[in-house]
Amino acid sequence: MKAKVHVTLKPGVLDPQGKAVQHALGSLGFSGVEEVRQGKYIEIDLSETDAESARSQVDDMCRKLLANMVIENYSIDISD
Amino acid sequence: MKASVIVFPGSNCDRDVKVALEAGTGQGVNMVWHGDTDLPRTDLIVIPGGFSYGDYLRSGAIAAHSPIMREVVARANAGVPVLGICNGFQILTEAGLLPGVLMRNANLKYICKDVHLKVENTDSLFTRAYQPGQIIRIPIAHHDGNYETDGETLKRLEGDGRVAVRYCDEGGAVTESANPNGSMANIAGIFNDSRRVLGLMPHPERLIDPLQGGTDGKAMFDGLVETVAA
Repeated sequence: MKAKVHVTLKPGVLDPQGKAVQHALGSLGFSGVEEVRQGKYIEIDLSETDAESARSQVDDMCRKLLANMVIENYSIDISD
Repeated sequence: MKASVIVFPGSNCDRDVKVALEAGTGQGVNMVWHGDTDLPRTDLIVIPGGFSYGDYLRSGAIAAHSPIMREVVARANAGVPVLGICNGFQILTEAGLLPGVLMRNANLKYICKDVHLKVENTDSLFTRAYQPGQIIRIPIAHHDGNYETDGETLKRLEGDGRVAVRYCDEGGAVTESANPNGSMANIAGIFNDSRRVLGLMPHPERLIDPLQGGTDGKAMFDGLVETVAA
């Protein structure tokens, strides 16, 4: 199975990198950019063939390492 | 007193800490590789500054799961004092020994300069050789030093005297303009609930000898050596 993991900052957590990207977009002439939040995208190849079991493994990986639960949320997509 | 310094791939302040500890104790220091699983008998553990694992994923995140860290967490929970400096502070938060997280500096810049700190609580092994409210000057050198935590935890840190040092101006005023990195409440260092674990972003080991331009960091190592060796 393949897992696609998105790690994003929780709402309300300041994102100075997102702000800098937003300003850079503004100075490139892209108007109307109201907010930019920067996150991480991680692809994982798993030997596991059962989707539910793959999801639960990746969920455990997110909690233990891939996301910092103090400031980040995560979402998981599982596919063949 | 026997101290241990944990060395990760990318640590770069390990030798400075070793020199500071040896100057205080007059004894050798165990340098322990992160991949080891055994920690020798030790009275103090120091996690030094640097860029463990190139700051991949998040600063300190990978190091926090190095084999030796299981033993560090167990010893800390058994009461062995642990000092984390800069990347060491980041590793201690990622390992769950200290609350909160060190985020990217608010101005997005790597900052390397001397800052003034107010010693907020001297009732600890680490800060006992300072005077309450003393203003000291210590260098910082980091990209991710912006301390954040939730409101509830911040209240607990403040209420329980767990803020060790705060960024301030030369006169000791804790102001926004004296805050180099955007940290909540100008926090530069915090204790765990027993005050036997300290994490701080500034580098006391870089100011222990007049040749380095000052000795404001020396009292931390002297205080530790005096108490832990006693």
